[in-house]
Amino acid sequence: MELKSLIEAILFAAQRPLSIKEIKVLLVNPAETEESEPTRAFKKTREAEISAAIQELKVDYTQQGRGFQVQEVAGAFQLVSHPQFAPWLKPLFDEHRFHRLSQPALETLAIIAYRQPITRTDIESVRGVMVDGVIQTLLERGLITLTGRAEAPGRPMLYGTTRAFLEHFGLNDLNELPAIEELRRRNLQWTAPTGQPDVNPSAEQTGEPADVEPAPASPTN
Amino acid sequence: MSDYKVQLEVFEGPLDLLLYLIKKEEVDIYNIPIARITSQYMEYMDLMKMIVPDVAGEFVVMGATLMYIKSRMLLPEDQQVSDPEASADELDPRWDLIRQLVEYKKFKEAAEHLHKRELFQESVYTRQRSEAALEPSVGRDPNLGDMSVFDLLNAFNLVLKRVDQAEDLREIFEDRFTVSDKIDFILRLTAVEERTAFSRLFEGTASRMEVIVTFLALLELIRLKQLRVEQSSIFGEIDIVRLKPEPTSSIKESSS
Repeated sequence: MELKSLIEAILFAAQRPLSIKEIKVLLVNPAETEESEPTRAFKKTREAEISAAIQELKVDYTQQGRGFQVQEVAGAFQLVSHPQFAPWLKPLFDEHRFHRLSQPALETLAIIAYRQPITRTDIESVRGVMVDGVIQTLLERGLITLTGRAEAPGRPMLYGTTRAFLEHFGLNDLNELPAIEELRRRNLQWTAPTGQPDVNPSAEQTGEPADVEPAPASPTN
Repeated sequence: MSDYKVQLEVFEGPLDLLLYLIKKEEVDIYNIPIARITSQYMEYMDLMKMIVPDVAGEFVVMGATLMYIKSRMLLPEDQQVSDPEASADELDPRWDLIRQLVEYKKFKEAAEHLHKRELFQESVYTRQRSEAALEPSVGRDPNLGDMSVFDLLNAFNLVLKRVDQAEDLREIFEDRFTVSDKIDFILRLTAVEERTAFSRLFEGTASRMEVIVTFLALLELIRLKQLRVEQSSIFGEIDIVRLKPEPTSSIKESSS
């Protein structure tokens, strides 16, 4: 029995993405519960072997031009149909299968994803508009969650993204977001600094209205 | 009615409108001709006011900010408010606005990228895509009894009775419990393990007020889909189950 085929069967039958660790458990456990020659063969499967087998599957599917492929989402693997076949598969599914997010929701989510943990006020100071309603929707959809409270007056709630966020966008982890290094920094530089690095955000605060207050960079973690 | 909705959705906010104007006028975002942009902005505000009488407050605030910057730009340089600590860039009255615009623009692009990923995800199909399958704890588990709000209320009532017996009715309790503190408390408690016994929430609660506030906090967290309550047998202990896995925290602040 080939490990690759076995993993293929597991991925095919699974109803959700499986991590390498979960696959390992599935491979190793039967050796104890229903011991036999074939189950014993996989008793000592290592995680590296599983990753390698999945890589092989990926290559196989691409080379053979199969209708499906292996997708890695939030550190777990699943079989998905090739995107080019979407028009033919669509009628098979409920049209409400996938809910696209609105523009305000996407913008808010982007800010949370890059700047987490972040307070509502900080999100609002980036977007320049109120985000109460949007936050509520994102919480209800499970794309963000409360991660704690900031050490600021009023101890405001801090928000962060969830696993469901990664799944919705087919991301493996947050590092797959573009320009992650740049955007997660709080005080963006926009010209070559003329002198010392400006760590004095109050300097530009000469009587400006309160809504243009820069995001205070004091995350608690 | 439906007309103005469309209009408003074109601009997510004042920053969005400003970015649009900057693009339309083909000017440099780092060197905004403030007088021109301000008058354009005001024109749009007037237009919006015709459609929606009460333009969102943030648009008005931005209008005022623009006017303020414009007036500061008109001052001769030696009369401008100056901060010896500030760099040349920061002395520019537009600095703060530009910084905000540039930052917003980047996030708008990031949102655009997310949207593309979303479209891609929409076009791939898994063999069985059901939300319950993705998160087994959300789906119905046949081993667990159904729990209604009444079961929860019942449990709450029991705790209240226990407290009532212990509480000294003549003593006046100061109001030192708030729902948000209790939310904090519950989140901390449930962060340790996935399942927490309902009764543990009320360990050490001494007053009726505290029990009620704790219960309200629990309801709020259930509403926010942070927690879920389960009961494994009829009249059995109620468990508080953390719903979402720990938020992905691969982003660590690089410095503080």
